[in-house]
Amino acid sequence: MSDTPANAPVQAPRKNFFQTLELDTRLLGMIGAFVVLAIAFDLLTGGRFLTPRNVFNLTIQTVSVAIMATGMVFVIVTRNIDLSVGALLATTSAVMAMMQTWILPDLLGMGLGNPLIAPIAIVVGLFVGGLIGAFQGYLVGYLTIPAFIVTLGGFLVWRNTAWYMTNGQTIGPLDPNFQVFGGTNGTLGATWSWVLAALAVGFALYGIWAARRNKQAHEFDVKPLWAEFVIAAIVSGTILGFVAMLNAYEIPTRRLARLFEARGEVMPEGYTEAYGLPISVLVLVIVAIGMTVIAQRTRFGRYIFATGGNPEAAALSGINTRALTVKVFALMGALTALSAVVASARLGNHTNDIGTLDELRVIAAAVIGGTALSGGFGTIRGAILGALIMQSLQSGMAMVGVDAPLQNIVVGAVLVFAVWIDIIYRKRTEG
Amino acid sequence: MKLTKIIAVSAMAAIMGTTAFAEGKVIGVSWSNFQEERWKTDEAAMVAAIEANGDSYISADAQSSSSKQLSDIESLIAQGADALIILAQDAQAIGPAVAAAADEGIPVVGYDRLIEDPRAFYLTFDNVEVGRMQARAVLAAQPTGNYVMIKGSPTDPNADFLRGGQQEVLQAAIDAGDITIVAEAYTDGWLPANAQRNMEQILTAQDNKVDAVVASNDGTAGGAVAALTAQGMDGIPVSGQDGDHAALNRVALGTQTVSVWKDARALGAAAGNIAAAMADGTAMADIDGAMSWTSPAGTDMTAVFLAPVPVTAANLSVVVDAGWITQESLCQGVSNGPAPCN
Repeated sequence: MSDTPANAPVQAPRKNFFQTLELDTRLLGMIGAFVVLAIAFDLLTGGRFLTPRNVFNLTIQTVSVAIMATGMVFVIVTRNIDLSVGALLATTSAVMAMMQTWILPDLLGMGLGNPLIAPIAIVVGLFVGGLIGAFQGYLVGYLTIPAFIVTLGGFLVWRNTAWYMTNGQTIGPLDPNFQVFGGTNGTLGATWSWVLAALAVGFALYGIWAARRNKQAHEFDVKPLWAEFVIAAIVSGTILGFVAMLNAYEIPTRRLARLFEARGEVMPEGYTEAYGLPISVLVLVIVAIGMTVIAQRTRFGRYIFATGGNPEAAALSGINTRALTVKVFALMGALTALSAVVASARLGNHTNDIGTLDELRVIAAAVIGGTALSGGFGTIRGAILGALIMQSLQSGMAMVGVDAPLQNIVVGAVLVFAVWIDIIYRKRTEG
Repeated sequence: MKLTKIIAVSAMAAIMGTTAFAEGKVIGVSWSNFQEERWKTDEAAMVAAIEANGDSYISADAQSSSSKQLSDIESLIAQGADALIILAQDAQAIGPAVAAAADEGIPVVGYDRLIEDPRAFYLTFDNVEVGRMQARAVLAAQPTGNYVMIKGSPTDPNADFLRGGQQEVLQAAIDAGDITIVAEAYTDGWLPANAQRNMEQILTAQDNKVDAVVASNDGTAGGAVAALTAQGMDGIPVSGQDGDHAALNRVALGTQTVSVWKDARALGAAAGNIAAAMADGTAMADIDGAMSWTSPAGTDMTAVFLAPVPVTAANLSVVVDAGWITQESLCQGVSNGPAPCN
C-alpha cells in the first residue's frame, strides 16, 4: 500500500453496470454458468430439476465433496496436490464406524445408544484424519518427496487400510446421533431455518455496511449507495430464497406418521412439517466461513497464498514453508474426516467403496472453482460453487436419462473447458 | 432416441400433471454397475415387459458406488417413479434409499441381489437349486470316484448357497462310500485364474486321481478345465453356471458337463411385471409365486425364486432357440457333436 499516495486516489471513470457494483467477474461467470445449467436441466426434465425436493437433494449430495474441496484449495494453492482424499475418507469413515459399533460400546462397555458415542467417534475421526494428513505433509515438506507421489502412495495405502480394518464388510447401522449429519436424518425444521436465515442476512448486511464505513474512514473511493443496495438485495434475496426453497420441501406423510408412532402419539389429520436446512449443509456453511476467514484474515492464510505465489521468496522472507505444508495437509486430513462423517451418516453405514473417485471430484471442484494448479490463487467460495456445478451436472444428466458413459464424458469435457476459459480470463485481466 | 423419449415423457407429465400416470405407471430402475455386459440383457427384457404393460421405464446407473446409488434413487423418486427396481450395490447401505421410497409409499423390488429390508421384495434365481442341479448333472455322469469342489468367492453369500445345494445332492453318495470329496477350494473374486491355480495344486497333491469337478460357475469351470487340459484330463465331468458362451461351447465340445443357465430375460421380465403389480397396490404376499423367506442375517422377506435351467449335451438346442447364443459360436470347433452341432 505504501506505493499508493493516500490522499490522491486517481479515479478511472466508471465503465458499466457490473464494474460499478465491483463484483468478482469470475465468480459472476460461474454463477451465470450454474444458472444457465439449472434452467436448461429444468426445461429438459419438465420442471422437475428446480423443485424444492431436488434442490434439497442436490445440496445434501454436494456437501461431502464441497467440504473437502475447501481444503484442496489450500493444498493446490501451495503448489501441491492430494490424491489420497477419497481413500483417506474411507479410512477415517472406517475408524469412526468401528468406534461406534464395536470399540466404544463393546470394548469400553459404554453400550449401544450412549449419547457420548457420536461425539467421541467424531473427535477421534477428526484426530486420525489430521494425523494422517500431517504425516503426509511431513513427507512432502520435510523429506521433500513430491506430493503427487506421497498421496498416490497414500491413495493405495489408506484405501486398503480401510479394507483391512473392516475385512471389506459394510459396518452399520451407525449411531442415531451420528446419522444426524447425513442430510434427511437431521434437519433444522422450518422455524429454526428462518431464524438462521434472518441471522445470516443481518450478518451479511452488517458486513457490507462495515466494509463501506471502513473504506470511507480511510478515504478510499466507495461505490454509489444504490450499488450497495443492489448487492445487499441480491445477497439477502439469495439467502432467503434458498431457505424458502428448502422449507417448501415437506417431510413425506408416511415418515411423519412413523415419527409420531415412535413417540407413541397419533398424527393429527392434515399435519405437515418441512425439512428445512439440513445439518450437513449447516456444517458446510460453517466450514466455508471458517476457511474463508483463515484464507483472508489470518497470518496462516496469508502465508499459504504467499508461499503458493512464490515459494522461494516466501522462504527467504522467513516463512517456515515446511511446517506450513504439514499444517495444510493436516487441515486437509481433518476436513476429509469431516466429509467422512457426512458421507457415512448419509448411507447410515460404512461401506468398503465409500469415497471411491472422490479425490478426482474434489480436485475437479477446486479447479473448476478457479484454483490455479500453478499455485498462488484460489477461493473457497469458488471451490464450493465448483462442487455444486459438478453435482448438478451429474444428477441433472441422470434425471434427463443420459447414458452413464456419456455422463462421464460430459463431466470430463466440462472440466477441461472450464480450465481453458479460466486461462483465457486470466490472460485478459492480467495482460 | 431414448433421450428424446424421456424428454417427451417428462414434458407430457409436466403438462398433464401427475394424474397422467393413472393408467401408465413409471417404473424406476437403479442399476449398480452397468459396465457388466449381462445387465444389458436384463434391461432389454425389463423394458419390453414394462412397455407391454403400458408403463414407462426410467433408469440410473450407480457405477459401482453405494453413495451414487442413493443419489440416483432420490432422483428417480423425484422424477415420479411409482415403483422401484433396485440392483443393490450393497445389501445394507441401500437401507436409507429403501426407507426414502417407503416414506413416499413407493414399492421396491430387490433385483437379483438381496436387500436386507423387509419392505423390499426379493426377486432372484434359486441359488441353492443351482447348486443341486450342478451336483445332480455331475453325479449322473460320474456316480463314483474322487470329487473336487471349486467354490465361488468367499465374500459372496451366493457361493455358500451353491455349496449347500451341491452337498444336499452328493450327501447320499458320500454316505454310501461311492464318492469322496478329496479337496475343495474357494475362488477369490470368482476369477478363472485363481480357480486354475487352485485346481493345478489339487491335481498335484492328488497325483491326478480326480474323477469329477463340481465348479460353482462357468468362469471357475473354465479355469478348472484349463488345469485339467494341461494334464490331458479334459473330458472328466465338470459343472458350471451362467450360460457363458465359452462354457456352452465347452458343453458342445464335451469338456464341460453342465452349465446351469439363469435366463436373465426371464428375471428382467418378472421384475417388470412384479413392479407394475406392486405399483397398482398389490400386496407383496399376493404376487404370483411369492413365498416368505428368511435371509441368512435373519430378515423375514417376501420373495420369488425363479427356477434355472441345466444346459447339458442333451438339451443344448434350448439356448440357441432362446436366441441366447448363435449356433456358430455354440458349435465352434465341434464336429459330430450333440444337437444342434451335428
